[in-house]
Amino acid sequence: MKLTFSAADEAFREEIAGWLQRNLCGEFEAIRFRGGPGDEHMFHEQRHAWEQKMAEGGWTCIGWPKSVGGRGCSIEQQVIFHEEYARAGGPGRVGHIGEGLAGPTIIAFGSEAQKQKYLPGIVSGKELWCQGYSEPGAGSDLANVKTKARFDSARQQWVISGQKVWTSLAHEADYCFVIARTDPDSTAHKGLGFFLVKMDQPGVEVRPIQQITGTCEFNEVFFDDAVCAADDMVGAPGDGWKVAMGLLGFERGVSTLGQQMQFQNEFNDILRIAQQNGAAQDPVLRQRIAKAHTELKIMRYNAMRMLSGQAGSDGALQREALIYKLYWATWHRELGELAMDVLGPESQILEGAPYQLSRLQAMYLFVRSDTIYGGTNQIQRNIIAERGLGMPKEPKPTTAGTQ
Amino acid sequence: MEFAFTEEQNMIRDTAESFLREVSTSNAIRAAMESVEGYDPALWQSICQDLYWQAIHTPEAYGGMGLGYVELVAMQEQMGRFLLCSPFFASVGLATNALLVAGTEQQKQTWLPELMAGKTATLAFGGNALAQRGGTWHAAAVEATWQHTADGYVLNGEYRYVLDATTADILILTARQVGSVGAEGVALFVVAAAAEVEVEGIERSALPTMDQTRRQGCITLNSLRVPAEQRLGDPRDARGGQTLQIILDLATIALAAEQMGGAQQLLDMTVAYSKERTQFGRPIAGFQAIKHKAADMMLRVEVARSGVYYAACIAQQALDDLLSGTSCDSLCNTPCDTAALAEAASIAKSYCSEAYFKNAGEAIQIHGGVGFTWEYDVHLYFKRAKASEHYLGNAAWHRERLASLLLDTERLDKADLHQEAAR
Repeated sequence: MKLTFSAADEAFREEIAGWLQRNLCGEFEAIRFRGGPGDEHMFHEQRHAWEQKMAEGGWTCIGWPKSVGGRGCSIEQQVIFHEEYARAGGPGRVGHIGEGLAGPTIIAFGSEAQKQKYLPGIVSGKELWCQGYSEPGAGSDLANVKTKARFDSARQQWVISGQKVWTSLAHEADYCFVIARTDPDSTAHKGLGFFLVKMDQPGVEVRPIQQITGTCEFNEVFFDDAVCAADDMVGAPGDGWKVAMGLLGFERGVSTLGQQMQFQNEFNDILRIAQQNGAAQDPVLRQRIAKAHTELKIMRYNAMRMLSGQAGSDGALQREALIYKLYWATWHRELGELAMDVLGPESQILEGAPYQLSRLQAMYLFVRSDTIYGGTNQIQRNIIAERGLGMPKEPKPTTAGTQ
Repeated sequence: MEFAFTEEQNMIRDTAESFLREVSTSNAIRAAMESVEGYDPALWQSICQDLYWQAIHTPEAYGGMGLGYVELVAMQEQMGRFLLCSPFFASVGLATNALLVAGTEQQKQTWLPELMAGKTATLAFGGNALAQRGGTWHAAAVEATWQHTADGYVLNGEYRYVLDATTADILILTARQVGSVGAEGVALFVVAAAAEVEVEGIERSALPTMDQTRRQGCITLNSLRVPAEQRLGDPRDARGGQTLQIILDLATIALAAEQMGGAQQLLDMTVAYSKERTQFGRPIAGFQAIKHKAADMMLRVEVARSGVYYAACIAQQALDDLLSGTSCDSLCNTPCDTAALAEAASIAKSYCSEAYFKNAGEAIQIHGGVGFTWEYDVHLYFKRAKASEHYLGNAAWHRERLASLLLDTERLDKADLHQEAAR
């Protein structure tokens, strides 16, 4: 067990840090530290240009194998990359859904044709993706998707109808990966398909959702006989759940380290304010600040345990990985509250009218979603208890009350 | 970077686990609680002679096994898990560390082999001041005094909350020069004081403790004469207070590991019980109200574990730095990152203290009525959790220390400096 990196990895650190220093400037100066969660609607054009700049330097999809256009970086190098990126104030990546979710899914489950068709656009930073999972009736109960996919055998294409919700980047994305019911008589996780759907077509309509922050980063997406070529289904009809769950596994990757650096930046802002406005002398706030620091620091080592550990032979998550979402989401939510309490009454004064929030104010509001999306805290606790501790699953509705 | 146990470390952990599961049973713990010593001396001798655990992180040059702090922590975790009643923590976590950090080469050569041979030891450093403001655990709380004599020193004063005070064979005594305050004038002394032998100038008495699995006591010094060579370190070194802090921080990390092990065991006991206990026609483990509590318990255990392993790596680094110094005063020449060690210790102890106690409280709640009985073991953990929380500083004490590191100095972490420079 050791915490230090090899000399080769430290050289890699210098390489990426140097590249960022030389490139994240000039026209990109304005987007440093911007476009993260709560701020994703900002500077889209510049950030899309930045994504392509990253691609030119070979800094997109660094964890992908070289054979599919990636950089083939080790876990350690990816950790370093994310640390340096966040340290330099690298803007929120517009390509993260393609790089982190769609791409790995296509690499793992997609056909050769799909790899050739979709991966280069992700690597180049040109084509953007969004995720079509949640529906009004399928939140925590994700398997309850109602969106239907009907096969039109004459045209050899799928016809998709239904509604998705909480789709970030939908208005900017070129493609959406959608889970939809291929077997109309099926229920729950059976009878689903996984589709790669082009957004720019008559059957797709995107409507923004105004959030608690007043801004619109998420959308509703309506599919009204949208089409998807037969070749653009990943796996077979009925494989959708398996593919989707495989994808959720990719979500808990090394990017968590980058997320933590962003947390560190937010925490540092709070520290600075506390020192400036005297909150640093308040014994209760001192305790809360120290607690936030403690838990952030441990978050890093927990993530390193996750990355150093190996999943069980059945692909089951290690315990430190099982608790991770519940842990960071709850921590981040408390950080938002701490930020406001350190700011005191000034926390209630906006940067400008009509509703221009400061970075910390936006964070404070936005983090209320952290404990909801990607599995609510309550769902996480069920998962921990059932998979981590072997406690009984929730009873099925049909048997509830009869026992 | 490799933040996982090596195969050897896994083996050490597994060996400790299977041995302790065998010997530290509920009956054995209760027998130890009722014994005069507070532990089973025969078991301690068997641990020292057959398993050599007391030697785990002591360098081979002093008769140790030469393994590291991660190994020590792995072992301490299992001892906490099985609630081993033992002089291990006081002898290894406190006294051995004190000798390693503060002793001269000569002193290490003299005293460490004694410990390696199975002698027990403890560190006494504070008196009533330790209890001020809910717990004050730094050099400023040292009240006993030392004065020069013609051929050494004379020590006076009272110590309280001394682990294994009445049974330890070797005492590490902390005292300050008469008239000094704060971290100034603090020095450590080592004294042989086998329990059965009366030493002139030392009175020892047991304090009845709520947690009966680890003994505490008082030591009173009345003009105790200590030869010059039994003052640890170079007498010209004025940084005894800092040395004491390093020792306490190392011990704190070992104690945090024990707390984490205890928190783990409470989770395991509680989940097992909830699967057996039936109400409303099904195991209570099936109720979300129970599952969610158990999930939170597991979260605390895993986070505590990550914190302890990180702290162990930092402790290892600090010890490596200290021990690589070849002069009589290793502190003079070596750049041991005391701030990093203090931070790691406070992070681990503040989190583990709360994790252990919260898990203990939830364990009683989920066990229901039987969790409130003397017969079930839950209360033993509940009591050990509070005792450990208040030894070497509770969560609030350690958080205040962290707050001070973060807020009261210009010290910024590297990430912050980078960001500053870039702006």
